[in-house]
Amino acid sequence: MDARRATTTVPRVRQVGFFTPNAPPAQPSRTHSFPLDSSSPPLSNSPVNSSLSPVMIPPSRHLSDNLVHRATSPLPVPEPSAFRRHHVAVVGSYNPTESLLGSSPPLASPSSRVIGDGEFSEESSAGWFRRSNSAKFASSFSGAFDLTSVKSSETGGFHQVKKPVVAQPKEEKSGAAAVVEPQINKGLSSSSTKPLKEKTTKAERRALQEAQRAAKAAAKDMTVSVGVSTSKPVKQQPAQKKDAPPPASSIAVSDRKGVERSMEKERRKDIPAPRMQFDDKSRVEKAKKRAVVNQSEARNRVELFRHLPQYEHGTQLPDLESKFFQLDPMHPAVYKVGLQYLAGDISGGNARCIAMLQAFQEVIKDYSTPPEKSLTRDLTAKISSFVSFFTECRPLSMSMGNTIRFLKSRIAKLPLTFSESEAKASLCADIDRFINEKIVLADNVIIRHAVTKIMDGDVLLTYGSSCVVEMILLYAHELGKQFRVVIVDSRPKLKGQALLRRLVGKGLSCTYTHINAVSYIMHEVTRVFLGSSSVLSNGTVYSRVGTACVAMVAHAFHVPVLICCEAYKFHERVLLDSICSNELGDPDALTKVPGRMDINYLDDLTNKDNMQLLNLMYDATPSEYVSMIITDYGMIPPTSVPVIVREYGREYLWI
Amino acid sequence: MDFQVVVLAGGTSKNLLPLVSKEVPKALLPVANRPVLSYVLEQLELSNLKDLIVVVEGEDAAIHVGGWISNAYVDRLHVEVAAVHEEVGTAGALRAIAHHLTANDILVVSGDLVFDVPPGALAAAHRKHNAVVTTMLCPAPVSGPTESGSSGGKDKIKKPRRYNIIGLDPSKQFLLHIGTGAEVEKDIRIQKSILRAVGQMEIRADLMDAHMYAFKRSVLQEVLDEKDEFQSLKEDVLPYLVRSQLKSEVLFSGVPQTEENGNEKVSSQNNQAVVSRIMANASTPSFHELSSGYNGSTHVRRIHKCCAYIASESRYCQRLNSIQAFSDINRDVIGDASHLSGYSFSAHNNIIHPSAQLGTRTTVGPHCMLWEGSQMGDKCSVKRSVIGRHCRIGSNVKVVNSVVMNHVTIGDGCSIHGSVICSNAQLQERAVLKDCQVGAGFVVTAGSEHKGESLARK
Repeated sequence: MDARRATTTVPRVRQVGFFTPNAPPAQPSRTHSFPLDSSSPPLSNSPVNSSLSPVMIPPSRHLSDNLVHRATSPLPVPEPSAFRRHHVAVVGSYNPTESLLGSSPPLASPSSRVIGDGEFSEESSAGWFRRSNSAKFASSFSGAFDLTSVKSSETGGFHQVKKPVVAQPKEEKSGAAAVVEPQINKGLSSSSTKPLKEKTTKAERRALQEAQRAAKAAAKDMTVSVGVSTSKPVKQQPAQKKDAPPPASSIAVSDRKGVERSMEKERRKDIPAPRMQFDDKSRVEKAKKRAVVNQSEARNRVELFRHLPQYEHGTQLPDLESKFFQLDPMHPAVYKVGLQYLAGDISGGNARCIAMLQAFQEVIKDYSTPPEKSLTRDLTAKISSFVSFFTECRPLSMSMGNTIRFLKSRIAKLPLTFSESEAKASLCADIDRFINEKIVLADNVIIRHAVTKIMDGDVLLTYGSSCVVEMILLYAHELGKQFRVVIVDSRPKLKGQALLRRLVGKGLSCTYTHINAVSYIMHEVTRVFLGSSSVLSNGTVYSRVGTACVAMVAHAFHVPVLICCEAYKFHERVLLDSICSNELGDPDALTKVPGRMDINYLDDLTNKDNMQLLNLMYDATPSEYVSMIITDYGMIPPTSVPVIVREYGREYLWI
Repeated sequence: MDFQVVVLAGGTSKNLLPLVSKEVPKALLPVANRPVLSYVLEQLELSNLKDLIVVVEGEDAAIHVGGWISNAYVDRLHVEVAAVHEEVGTAGALRAIAHHLTANDILVVSGDLVFDVPPGALAAAHRKHNAVVTTMLCPAPVSGPTESGSSGGKDKIKKPRRYNIIGLDPSKQFLLHIGTGAEVEKDIRIQKSILRAVGQMEIRADLMDAHMYAFKRSVLQEVLDEKDEFQSLKEDVLPYLVRSQLKSEVLFSGVPQTEENGNEKVSSQNNQAVVSRIMANASTPSFHELSSGYNGSTHVRRIHKCCAYIASESRYCQRLNSIQAFSDINRDVIGDASHLSGYSFSAHNNIIHPSAQLGTRTTVGPHCMLWEGSQMGDKCSVKRSVIGRHCRIGSNVKVVNSVVMNHVTIGDGCSIHGSVICSNAQLQERAVLKDCQVGAGFVVTAGSEHKGESLARK
């Protein structure tokens, strides 16, 4: 616990330092992280992280800021808030007392105490502001409780209510200053607040919770009684801890209810649901019962990858086909796209995304709200069912997950005043905008950026077939740059051949080789351009299997590796290996060589128990092998991915 | 799923002449004591296709078929029976009901098909490729009818065990060539352009066009409108579409555009082009796109796709379009493909209705069916045969490999091999029939011997 706190507190210091000038405007966003904060102290720095509202702060500055201190220290990666929240969930499952204990260490080290302090005051002031803004009634009383609790030793009185409200903004500023120089803080802060800070960090926190609890109670029956303040014994810590989640709702009640609630909900939604582990038999059985596609699991699976779904290839398609007319609720467009996923007719992150979105567009166009249901809910449920159908056809890519999240948030945010046709039109327009802005325009920007990295005489290496890399190469060729392309390919998909065909058709000079030869060809290569299925917030590039190999070889040869990836494919998840999250392809594809009946040596072996085939689809390239990620927000080092995720990854910012 | 189903039930086919009559049109021919049309309807019902259009040639036949359907399926299916003129052919039949067709895609099923291939599979393949036409190919029946007739019933050339010459692309998804009818026996002419585009073509003679098609409605109607001379789907429309797939003459203007016109309002044409290019590059290109797209030519060739769905070997699929096929199907339905009949078989692998009466020392072998109220005398033997309702069969009668319909009277000592005896026929004592067809109400005189004849009332 101690160690972790120490590491996490360091970046927080810096962040507070950066953002205090903007603190007041940034408060709305801070407020919604507030309850989480109070629920688990160790993670109290999350509001600071999430307080950066991109609306308020020019993104370019942020980017550079983060880059700077990223470069200085590799450790304090400011994780995106949702990832942090993930942690919250974990911590929350601990014993409450334990987490309380966890909160005490700051007392030990003076620096962290000050920080925690400054932060808490900031926190509470945020709470103050909000409350005083909207519900004066509740605010004043909760203020009273707060006060009394804070100064449990002193006399609590109503005459003091006003004072902290005024004092705390000051305190906040001082806290910010304290980041730079803790001693100054002591000098600056008023004498009344200073002793509090020093000895009652814990008490203050408790007081805060008390206040929230009280506020909640007050809001609940709307009859405010001073007695509430008396009803809080200091020794009631565990109980308060249990109450910790409610403050969230108390705030929601006291303030813009709907907004807060939806925020909360969203946050909860953001926590990724535990992935289905396919080695868990009972769960798999249950899932099978629900499934639309009747799949039989492949028998000989590699031990390490048992947790990933793998089905007997070739059994799904006929089954799905024969059910064509039975699946009435399935929209034909969705069905078609699902079939294409299953048959492998559509592959590639962008194409799959576009196909899915276009299918959803059809769905929305043909949609009519059933009687006694609301469009928002019914359509969301419908989309969810389609999504699960897609998942059965082929596991969703992370970019598709992001896209679905976006679409759902758009549906949820539809104004209630919209008529059905308006809502449908607006959703269709949203989807169009998404395709155009997040994929087409993003690609354009990436191309513009990437082309600046191509010089005359370059030898560019690419792996597989990435649509954006292809566009880059073609555009550079159009610009008249003189370069050569090496296309590295691998079995069994041989996607590179199609790329090769198109590039050669356009008159580029190309070399085609398989991945076995990558170390030989790397000598002459000057740059490596790779596409990516997803980029994760620790900078890991999740891409077609073989990408990591190419990147590592390039790294060994000191060839820069440039990953081209649209920002909508960024994901806040952290991936350390390619084992826990991956996709298994058709194992038979490995043994069969199309068009060569004479070398199918393994045909009769596929059902042997002691033979296992592994056809992995993706791998994870660690960020140290990636020189640069070219995205629609510019060219960034892999360590800056979390910034993009945090600043631009929220779905309400997407269009 | 936006599919409309048209069942072409035909009329009184000349191929089946002694068997069919004004009262019993082809669609109502009993196969294991159920009209052949019921097999199609049931299969469609299984696939949740309950709105059907049944097209029957000839008013009388339509009345009979309609009467039967309304009795049998009144509460289960919503069937419209449409009568068209006789001899218009399958294309003509569709032309006649064209104004009823509204859905995007039309599933055309021949009413004489006995099959257990899910129609959904065909429809799914059709949708997946956004094809103009998708046809179902099934392995040609092994027990082989000696006669193949087209649905129009025009040619009667003997073509043992070969129905179609079919060219497929290496992925076995696209139809590149189809030779039907008289073409099968001639030299195969394959278009160079298609061969050049696809690179490799697989020619198969062991597949049969099952006469179950999925058409894109707009295209089908256009072809039918423009090509007045087209009579048959199988012999005119389908080969035409297959032939012209790389230089499409059909102006199906709506087909490529409708899919992407959602973008028009917001995005510029340029963006759309990018999107479509991304999609095109990412999807596995069929040879159509390869041949037209990448050669750098700005002139985009009009193409359409003709797909094929090949039913797996394990499925049953056969057309009742000849007398041989009729006996084959009857035998299969109570034999190998017994799941189709929908009856439950006894332990002896046969069905004997409880009300049927058997004399002493009469044996009914496996794969037999003896239906309601039939009586058999002593010392009879029935093998691999279907005997209908209320037949009266004397003693010492042998029935092998035959179909005996309803209300047939068979005298003592008759021997029937491989024959079909229609309703109300009468066989007097000691008649011997081998490979014969006895028309309805015909009387075979006592002691006569017939071999390979068609006996019917003139």
